[in-house]
Amino acid sequence: MSAATPAAAASQSVLDVTDFSVEFRTRAGIVRALDRVAFSVGRGETMALVGESGSGKSVTAYALLGLLDAAGRITGGSARLEGTELTSASPAALSAIRGKRAAMIFQNPRAALNPIRNVGKQIGDVLRRHAGLGARAAAAEAIEMLRAVGIPDPARRAGAYPFELSGGMCQRVMIAIAVATRPALLIADEPTTGLDVTTQAVVMDIMGRLAAETGMATILITHDLALAAERSGRIAVMHAGHIVEDAPTKTLLLYPRHPYTRRLLAATPTAAGNLADLRSIPGNLPDLRRDDLPPCRFAARCDRRLPACEAPMQWRELEPHHRVACWNPA
Amino acid sequence: MSGQIGNQPTPPEAEGPLLLDIAEVSKRFPVGKTGWLSGKSHSLVHAVDDVSLTLARGETLGLVGESGCGKSTLVRLLARLTDPTSGSIRFGTRELSAIPAKDFARDPDRARIQIVFQDAGESINPRFTAADAIADPLRQLQGLTGDTLRQKVEEAATLCGLPLELLARFPHQLSGGQRARVGIARAIGPRPDLLVLDEPTAALDVSVQVTILQLLVSLRESLGISYVFVSHDLNVVRLLCDRVVVMYLGRIVEVGPARAVFDAPLHPYTRGLVAAVPRLDGVRADALRLVGDPKSPIDPDPNACRFHGRCPIGTDRCGVEMPELRRFAGGRQAACHYAEEAPA
Repeated sequence: MSAATPAAAASQSVLDVTDFSVEFRTRAGIVRALDRVAFSVGRGETMALVGESGSGKSVTAYALLGLLDAAGRITGGSARLEGTELTSASPAALSAIRGKRAAMIFQNPRAALNPIRNVGKQIGDVLRRHAGLGARAAAAEAIEMLRAVGIPDPARRAGAYPFELSGGMCQRVMIAIAVATRPALLIADEPTTGLDVTTQAVVMDIMGRLAAETGMATILITHDLALAAERSGRIAVMHAGHIVEDAPTKTLLLYPRHPYTRRLLAATPTAAGNLADLRSIPGNLPDLRRDDLPPCRFAARCDRRLPACEAPMQWRELEPHHRVACWNPA
Repeated sequence: MSGQIGNQPTPPEAEGPLLLDIAEVSKRFPVGKTGWLSGKSHSLVHAVDDVSLTLARGETLGLVGESGCGKSTLVRLLARLTDPTSGSIRFGTRELSAIPAKDFARDPDRARIQIVFQDAGESINPRFTAADAIADPLRQLQGLTGDTLRQKVEEAATLCGLPLELLARFPHQLSGGQRARVGIARAIGPRPDLLVLDEPTAALDVSVQVTILQLLVSLRESLGISYVFVSHDLNVVRLLCDRVVVMYLGRIVEVGPARAVFDAPLHPYTRGLVAAVPRLDGVRADALRLVGDPKSPIDPDPNACRFHGRCPIGTDRCGVEMPELRRFAGGRQAACHYAEEAPA
């Protein structure tokens, strides 16, 4: 996957990631969690990062924002946010970027919010820290943000604590915190897992509307291919620390080329079809601690494997904006 | 079953003897000695309210609804893990509602109703090996020991596609899919007539989910078990279940054949629920959105539709007259004043 030329190089790309690799040093060996990941996200674009658990979706997000724990480190590549290199940025520089130019929404909003501060103050904190507002202005703006994410009676709800709000409400507060400073990039890590589908629809509507209004780029991390299908313009499929396919959403769903993408689609229960038509994916993710990881980490599970698959992986651009890391695409 | 995997219409013996017949079951939980608005009166959470449903032998019934709608309480009632406030629970020919849950734990019929819990990783004793976990109900409920026990454990494991060499492992040494198989093997060991599945695949990746769902279908065919399948995932319910029950705030709002209900919902709540399910073919521009949250389940107005206030088509009538479940063509029921026959 060298010489990565991210597809869909939007005219104004907000985030450019090339050859981005991350390792974790553990007692059981070095886990090669991300290997030469490359993609870019343009202004106003929503890109979905999909894959099974353990594929490296969340590690990508955490590593980009400098939130890896002590065992993890970025071993190569570059990630530029509006021209600023993130991989070499100092912790102080990163903490000035986080919350201001790049924001993140976490999976479990109740756990991510401070349980002993009311939500208005938590939104205000970001505004005071990053937008330089005074206490009073921040409080007023926090109420406006609550209104923007569709919370009824925002002036009263600003005084509420997370435990007093439903899961969907808490996630809307998280969104309000994330977008309060009008970031250029929003990373949403499984933002609706654990919410009811009805709430999920409302939360995703709000995220979509805010992205359209502010022109922020969004990375939607999800294991739900159907959610990605509905809510993104482009989908990047991850498997075992590689991005294996990256294409506009419609193209990826209608003409998937990587064997793994096809397998993933064949396992997704859609609104139509029969249970007998669903196919599971044989095998498991490879152990990423192995020293002899094959160049293609899907090879052992793949039914289209060729001798050529032993060669180092390379991106192939099958059509404009549709690239795949496979020697024998379907 | 006709050898076909998946839910084909016409469950066998649909007209035959009922396995489970629940009539007007309610469960209320008292909250606080002093309700904070109502002075000193006892407030009650109406977790399950006046629910009636039936389950034929060999049938798979789906139970769907948002969190807090009473699915789990209903499941615990029909598995006799908790006692109903009122109503009747008939299992086969026996009335179970009068037996306290405490005594039912030692009842001979205990083995006939089993549950597979949501997250097998959390619901299996971490100090039990897979073999211990599967053996436990056989030991407790059927008094098996020694070789018979070992044989039964291995039989259950084999039925669930669990390699025998994994039986000596502890839950943390198993993958999510293997743990799910242990949870199912444990439940089918005593050969129940009714298996309650509470979101058995919620924590699994899609490709593992497929294998578990297909396992459930093959067990249903080979053992003739009836399932009550609780899930958030409407796509899965549609694929696995013959009939579906939609609940909202403790009450049933719609019942019917799964495909019919999801293709042409009668109740406005079901319409909103179905419209919110993400689909691979992209978002519909005209998709109905249910905004707001359900009302409080504490002392709800007995004369108002529970969905009133959040309902896109509700009128003043819904605030003063509780809609009853009405029958519609095709074995369907819906509790809405304004539900109409689906155009043929």
